[in-house]
Amino acid sequence: MMEADKKLIADLTPEIENTSIKWYITFFVFLAFFVVGIYGLIQQIDKGHIVTGMRDNVVWGFYIVNFIFFMGLSYSGALISGVLHLFHTGWRKPIIRMAELITVISLVIGPFFIFFCIGRLDRLHYLFMYPRIQSPITWDVIAICTDLVGCFIYLYLSFIEDFAILRDYPDLNVAPWKKKLYKILSLGFTGTEHQHRLLRNARTVMAAMIIAIAIIVYSVLAWIFGVTLQPGWHSTIFGPYFVIAAVFSGTGLLIILMWIFRKVYHLEEYITKRHFVNVGVLLTVIAAFYGYFTFSDYLTKWYGSIKMDSILIDKLFTDYYSLFIFANYIGILLPGIIIAFPRFRTIPSITIAAVIALLALWVNRYIIVIPTLETPFLPIQDVRTDWITYAPTWIEWALTFAGVSVFAMLFMLVSKIAPIISISEMQEKDKIEIMK
Amino acid sequence: MENNETGKSSRRNFLRNVGIGVGAVSVAGVAKATLFDGNEANAKSGKTVKLLSPDGTLVEVDQSDIKPAGTDREIQAEVKSEAKKGLPNRKFAMVVDLSKCANARACVDACQEGHMLPKDHEWMKIYMLQDDNLTAKYWFPRPCFHCDKPMCVSVCPVGATYKRPDGIVLVDNQRCIGCKFCMTGCPYSARVFNWKDPEVEVPEDHVYDPETNIPPVEGTVGKCVFCADNLRKGVLPRCVQACPMGVLYFGDLMEDTVTNGVETVRFSKLMTDRAGYRYKEDLGTLPSVYYLPPTNREFPVEMGLEGADETITGRYKNVGPR
Repeated sequence: MMEADKKLIADLTPEIENTSIKWYITFFVFLAFFVVGIYGLIQQIDKGHIVTGMRDNVVWGFYIVNFIFFMGLSYSGALISGVLHLFHTGWRKPIIRMAELITVISLVIGPFFIFFCIGRLDRLHYLFMYPRIQSPITWDVIAICTDLVGCFIYLYLSFIEDFAILRDYPDLNVAPWKKKLYKILSLGFTGTEHQHRLLRNARTVMAAMIIAIAIIVYSVLAWIFGVTLQPGWHSTIFGPYFVIAAVFSGTGLLIILMWIFRKVYHLEEYITKRHFVNVGVLLTVIAAFYGYFTFSDYLTKWYGSIKMDSILIDKLFTDYYSLFIFANYIGILLPGIIIAFPRFRTIPSITIAAVIALLALWVNRYIIVIPTLETPFLPIQDVRTDWITYAPTWIEWALTFAGVSVFAMLFMLVSKIAPIISISEMQEKDKIEIMK
Repeated sequence: MENNETGKSSRRNFLRNVGIGVGAVSVAGVAKATLFDGNEANAKSGKTVKLLSPDGTLVEVDQSDIKPAGTDREIQAEVKSEAKKGLPNRKFAMVVDLSKCANARACVDACQEGHMLPKDHEWMKIYMLQDDNLTAKYWFPRPCFHCDKPMCVSVCPVGATYKRPDGIVLVDNQRCIGCKFCMTGCPYSARVFNWKDPEVEVPEDHVYDPETNIPPVEGTVGKCVFCADNLRKGVLPRCVQACPMGVLYFGDLMEDTVTNGVETVRFSKLMTDRAGYRYKEDLGTLPSVYYLPPTNREFPVEMGLEGADETITGRYKNVGPR
């Protein structure tokens, strides 16, 4: 029999028993965005990719940018919960559930942008029927599938104890199907010493696993660009650069979600300024690494005289000047400055820093993908003049927002059946504190 | 083993050979049904048909014995397998004489017509290049380079694009998933994407052949095929035939011979005499297309745009040192 503190359950499962009107309104707003996206997708399937802004030179646009972006967000789980779990960091407990959810949800959404990008969605299964191991896309398929399985298992392991608590909690006023669901999903966990040990060991193994898998997944993603001969992409630093960029965005998103959940569900007692500062400091450290990688990548391209690199750098500092400054100066320096000085460290300012970091990261991906495609070795000539530059169409925007909406909706749905902060972890924390 | 064959089994064997022949005929672009007219009659019709067997002997068979070599599916598979094998003991190459090109665009048109391409879809592109401010502009026709180390083939996740022993790189647009990775992989921008339904009408009994890539399929990638269907028939590629200036030479490196349809020359001698080179040799993709430098030109480069309308001149706004 699992026992739980009444207050903990009431605080951490605000949406399980009844659904507020606010929840419905928010959900339907996101649903509306989603529906618009689906309408755009139907247009694209019906009329072909001609409805997007992509053409023969810029063959990858918003979709690939979003794909890399969402895959990057999935790093928050690997880092925050994986690394902090392995180091037994006590303050992680209220936020690991969120980090793990970000991981799994963004990992589910990311590949959909690949589906939007490929010309023959009906032949998607060819990736499994006729795979060629030489292709980095095949590496990616293997890596993402492994990551999905690994992260699902890791997330589920952290849920088992909570499901057992909810199953055994007598005052829980929920529909019978939910009770039944908790019973099935808790896998007969009753909290014996043996079960606790098994679960703990499994989580430790999986924490180490998902860190390794996450690094592989993002490196492979980077190599899709790195292995080509294209100026700007053909870089040895791309693997680690993408990994650190992903951790940066994942950490940024975690701070934003911490702020949202704290506000919406009144979790001020659990998610405190200490959490914002700690994750914020983490963000700053990562920003330093990320800035260093960015600098060394562009410095080596800029300093030499290789023609294609010079053309690309010229393009970045003319056509993409404001985006470049935002992504690689403001997006890296500003979060660092805000968080590095203790007197700037307030919960809202740290959250704003995270928002800037996240947006800058998205723009960074954009200026990695698109300018390179606009500077091929042979100049862009002998094509229809209106096909030369890339500008996303409303369909690409709509599907981008649909992706964000699905992210939010999945989070909201999960909050309907499971605690948003791990009850079992919080109880354990209490016990430890009592023992002290 | 051959000696032990009964008459029946050798007939079956023969029909199998005919089947292969039929596959090869379809490869050459002839509709498969023409051979099978009236094959519903089971009895001997008395009418005989002369056929060339694969080993080169002329044979005569009763019309009723000729049966389709397989279902549409099997014939399609046979055609594709032939298109994968390529032509034995060949290594095709193209030589482009830059001193002769004046952007007549006959190659572009012939290619688009021959491969049923939409007008905004060029497999052959003509660039106006200038290496530096102090050096001259010149016209630069660019087919697919059919590289010996093709990046597009390496990165294809489903094996839709492949390299044949005779040097040709083809795309199977029934396999292509449209991920466009080959397009980013190719350093020569040689590949184009079917962004919308090309709306090409083909006869009902048309068999798709990667050697022509007809019909183009929405959501897949296309590119120059070196007119592999023509080569199978011993005919020069369409662009080579169409060029009024004799810019394009095509031939077989095994024979060390290339021709532009007017003159036939030794490939090695041409390379030595005219200092032939390959575009961006430093990328290490080993192209099968060689260029002769634009020396001793008989006309100014501007001639290539004289009388051209805005749809063409507008394509050359991005000209400058590169």
